[in-house]
Amino acid sequence: MSVAPAPRLRGKDLLGIDPLTAPEIQLILDTADEMAKIAERPIKKVPALRGKTVVNLFLEPSTRTRFSFEMAEKRLSADSLSFSSSGTSVEKGETLLDTARNLEAMQPDFIVIRHRYAGSPHRLAKVLRSSVINAGDGAHEHPTQALLDAMTIRRRLGRLEGLVVAIVGDLEHSRVVRSNVLLLQRMGATVRVAGPPSLVPAQMEAMGCEVHHRMEDAIAGADVVMMLRIQLERQGRMNFPTVREYYDFFALTPERLRLAKRGCLVMHPGPMNRGVEIDSRVADGPQSVILEQVTNGVAVRMAVLYLLAGGNGEPTAD
Amino acid sequence: MSRLLIKHARVIDPSQRLDEGLDVLAVDGRIARLAERIEERGAEVIDAAGLVATPGFIDVHTHLREPGFEYKETIASGAAAALAGGFTAVCCMPNTSPVNDTAAVTEFIRKRAEEAGAARVYPIGAVSKGLAGEELAEMGEMVRAGAVAVSDDGQPVRHAYLLRRALEYSLLFGIPVVDHCEDPTLSAGGVMHEGAVSTRLGLRGIPAAAEEVMVARDVTLAGLTGARLHIAHLSTRQSLEWVRRAKNQGLSVSCEVTPHHLALTDAAVSESSYDTNFKMNPPLRSADHVAALLEGVLDGTVDCLATDHAPHHADEKALEFDLAPFGVVGLETAVPVTYDLLVRQHKLPLARFVALWSTNPARLFSLPGGTLKVGSVADLTLLDTEARLPVNPDRFVSRSRNTPFAGRRLRGWPVATILAGKVVWRRERR
Amino acid sequence: MQRVQILDAAGIGKTLARMAAQIVERSSNERLIYLIGVQTRGVPLARRLAKLIAAATGVEPPVGALDITLYRDDVGPWRAAHQQPVLRSTDLPERVDDRVVVLVDDVLYTGRTVRAALDTLMDYGRPKAIRLAVLVDRGHRELPIAADFVGRQIPSSRSDDVQVRLAECDGEEGVWVEKEVEG
Repeated sequence: MSVAPAPRLRGKDLLGIDPLTAPEIQLILDTADEMAKIAERPIKKVPALRGKTVVNLFLEPSTRTRFSFEMAEKRLSADSLSFSSSGTSVEKGETLLDTARNLEAMQPDFIVIRHRYAGSPHRLAKVLRSSVINAGDGAHEHPTQALLDAMTIRRRLGRLEGLVVAIVGDLEHSRVVRSNVLLLQRMGATVRVAGPPSLVPAQMEAMGCEVHHRMEDAIAGADVVMMLRIQLERQGRMNFPTVREYYDFFALTPERLRLAKRGCLVMHPGPMNRGVEIDSRVADGPQSVILEQVTNGVAVRMAVLYLLAGGNGEPTAD
Repeated sequence: MSRLLIKHARVIDPSQRLDEGLDVLAVDGRIARLAERIEERGAEVIDAAGLVATPGFIDVHTHLREPGFEYKETIASGAAAALAGGFTAVCCMPNTSPVNDTAAVTEFIRKRAEEAGAARVYPIGAVSKGLAGEELAEMGEMVRAGAVAVSDDGQPVRHAYLLRRALEYSLLFGIPVVDHCEDPTLSAGGVMHEGAVSTRLGLRGIPAAAEEVMVARDVTLAGLTGARLHIAHLSTRQSLEWVRRAKNQGLSVSCEVTPHHLALTDAAVSESSYDTNFKMNPPLRSADHVAALLEGVLDGTVDCLATDHAPHHADEKALEFDLAPFGVVGLETAVPVTYDLLVRQHKLPLARFVALWSTNPARLFSLPGGTLKVGSVADLTLLDTEARLPVNPDRFVSRSRNTPFAGRRLRGWPVATILAGKVVWRRERR
Repeated sequence: MQRVQILDAAGIGKTLARMAAQIVERSSNERLIYLIGVQTRGVPLARRLAKLIAAATGVEPPVGALDITLYRDDVGPWRAAHQQPVLRSTDLPERVDDRVVVLVDDVLYTGRTVRAALDTLMDYGRPKAIRLAVLVDRGHRELPIAADFVGRQIPSSRSDDVQVRLAECDGEEGVWVEKEVEG
C-alpha cells in the first residue's frame, strides 16, 4: 500500500512561529487535537517517543511551562531531564554554548530551552545536532504558547480565519504577543494589539497587526481577548506610573469585556496578576478559557515533539 | 640612497588633480618624480601595469587595544593588519587600559608602533581623564607626545560643558575633537537599531535619535566655539542633515562613515539569525538611513571613510547577542568593501574614493601623506581593481576575526603597501 | 508493472457477507461484539461488517476507529530516517472492557500493524477477547500473528503491491495485485 507524501515539519528545530508556513501550523494543530485525546484515556501514555531523551534547559524561571513540557514528554514515553537556572554550572560562569555542548555529549534527542536572551535557541540549533525547541527566548518568541492559544481558539470557535483577536498589555517585553501576531495573521485572523504608548515597540504594525493605544478600540467587537501580564518595574526602570492607573486604563473588567462580541473568549498566558491586568470576575467568569489553555499546552507540546522526531523517507510496510 | 620605481600604474592623486598613467620615483623615502616614462638605474622596480597607485590610505579610527587588551589585538598586529588592508597609517583611539590620557601613554603607543615597524600609528588622546567625562585630560602634553586629535570614543563626551571646554581648548593646538555621538540614556540596554527588525527579533533597540540629539548638540557647540569638530562613525539621516547644515553655515565640522554602515542594514541581524558579527555601535541602521549615508558620500557631505576597527576575541563574540561586546574588525576588508560598493555599484569616481580614504583624512588630521606631490613622504597604496576574491577571515593578519563580511566576493583589493619608499607588504599569490 | 484484479465490487460484497456470517457463528453472545477498524481502510470495512451483522442478528455492534501510528515499531528509536507518519483519529464510542473486540483491517502482511493495534488497544482497557478479521491475507508474516476471519488468501511475493480500494475512501472498489514484470 503506497502512502501519499505526508505533510511534515521542515527542519529539525522549532525556534519560532516566524519560520513556519500556514500548512505546518495547521499540521501541528491537527496533531495536537489527536494528542489531546490521550489525556482522556485510562492510560495517558503512548510509546511514540520511547527511548528518546529530552533535556529541559530552563535558564529563566518558569514552573508551568516546564511542567507542561515535562508532562508532554512523559506522555510520549520519552526520558525527561530538567535543568533550571539555580545551582547549575551556568551560574558558575559557564557560557550557554559550553553548557549545551556538555549536554550534547550525553546525546539528548531534544533540548527544550527557555532563556532570557533572544536568539539563544538559534545559537544552539546552529551548533548542536539535537532538535532545539524554543520555550521562550527573551522578548522574541514563545512558539508553543501561540500554538496552544490557537488550538484553544480553534476548539472553541471552530476556526481561526476571519476572527478578530485583541491582545492587550505590555507589548514591548512580550514574546507571547509577537508569536501570536505572527501565527494568527498567518492563519487569516485579524489581530489588534493595544498597550500604553511607552510599551509599544517600534513599528509594531510591520509585524502584521493593528496597533491601538486605547484598549477599548482593540476590544470592540473582538472574538477573542488575550491579556498580557504587566510588570510595573523591569530592570530598575518604571514602565508605568502605578497599578491603579494601569487598572483604570488597561485592565480587562466586566464592563470592558461587554464591548467585545458576545461569547468572546478571555485568554491569558499566565501567571495572572489579578486586579492589575485582569479582574477576577472576568478571569473566573464563563468566557474565560484560561485553564483550557493550560490543558491544551500539554497536547501542543506533545504534537511538536512528535512531529520533530520525524525525518525524511518512506514508512515501512504494514 | 634608496630608490623605488613604480611603473605603468594609473596614478590617482586628488591633491594634484592627477589621474593618469604615470611612473612614480621615490628616493630616500620621498616622492622624487612623477612622469610618463622614468628610467632609473639601481632602483627597485615594481611593474604596476593594470594597478592603481594612490597616496597611502589612512584610517583615522581604529582600536589597537594595546595597552591592556592585547588578547584582542596589539599595536604590532593591528599595524600589520593595516598594511595588509592597504593602509599606510592609522589613528588609534584612547580607550585602552590604562586610558591614553597622558603623554606617557601616548609616548608608549608611539614607541611600540616604531618597534613594530609596520603602518604609521598616530595616537588620539582622551578628552577626559580616564574617559570618565568629568575633567579635561592634558591635551597639550599629549599633542607634544604625538597625539593628533582627542576623543572619548567608546562613549560620548557626556556633559555639554566639558565638550565646550575641550573644543575651546583644542583651538590652542589646532587639533580636531572627535566625538562618538550617543545619548546613553536613550540607548541604554539597546543592542541593535530600533525599528521593525528589532521589534520582530525581540531585541532592545538603539533609536536613531540617540545619535542625532548628540550630533545636534555637538554641532551647536562647534558653532559656539569656532573649533574643529569631527563626528565619528556617523550613521543616520538626521545626523547627516545636521552636518550639512553646519557646513553650509561655514562651521569646521567634518564627519566619517564606516564601510559596514554603508554596506549593511539592520536586516542582517535577522537574516544571520542573531550573529554577533553584526553587532556594533552605532548599530547597523535601516535601509532609509543607509540610503541617506550613500547620498552623503556621493554629494561630498561625508568627508572621509574610517573603519572603527574593533577587534574582539572569539570567545567574547560567541556569547548571546545581548551579552556580546559591540564591534567588528575592519582594516582588512574596508578597501574592497567600499570599492565594490561605491565605485563599482554606485559609480563614485575613483578620485573621490581616494580622497575619502587618503587626501581628506590627511588634511583633517594634519597628517603627513595623503598626497604624491614631489617632496612628500612616499607612502603609497597599490590597488587591483579587477580580481574578484572572497573575504577569508582565517587569513587575517589581525589577531581577531570578528567580521561581518566573511565569504563576500569583492573587487578592489590592495596588492602592495609602500611606506617611505619601501614595499612593506605584498599580497601573496594564491 | 502488471496490474491484475482479484476481486471486484461484487466480490468484495460477497466476501464481507461471508465474513460477517463467520463472526456471528463464532460468537456466543452477539451483544459482546465490538468492531474496531484499524485506520484507514479498516474503518469503512468495520462499518460494512456491522451493517451485515445487524441484518443477520438484529443487533448492530458498535464500530470504533483505531489509529496505531503512535505504537508502530518502525517509528521511534528504531526508525532510521523516516517520515513521521500522519496521525489519524482514534474514536472509540464505547469502552473495550469485557467486550469481544474484532479488529478489522484491509490487508494482513507482516503482522506488525496488528501487533501495534493490540498494544494500542491494551492501553484503552481489558477486552474479554480480541479477534482479527482481514479482507486479504497476503502472507509473509514476520511475527506470530494469525487472522481469525480471512476474506481472501492472496499469495504474493514481497515485490508485489497488493491494493485494496474502497468506495468510501478511494472512489473505486476492488482488490488488485500489481506485479513487477521481468524483461
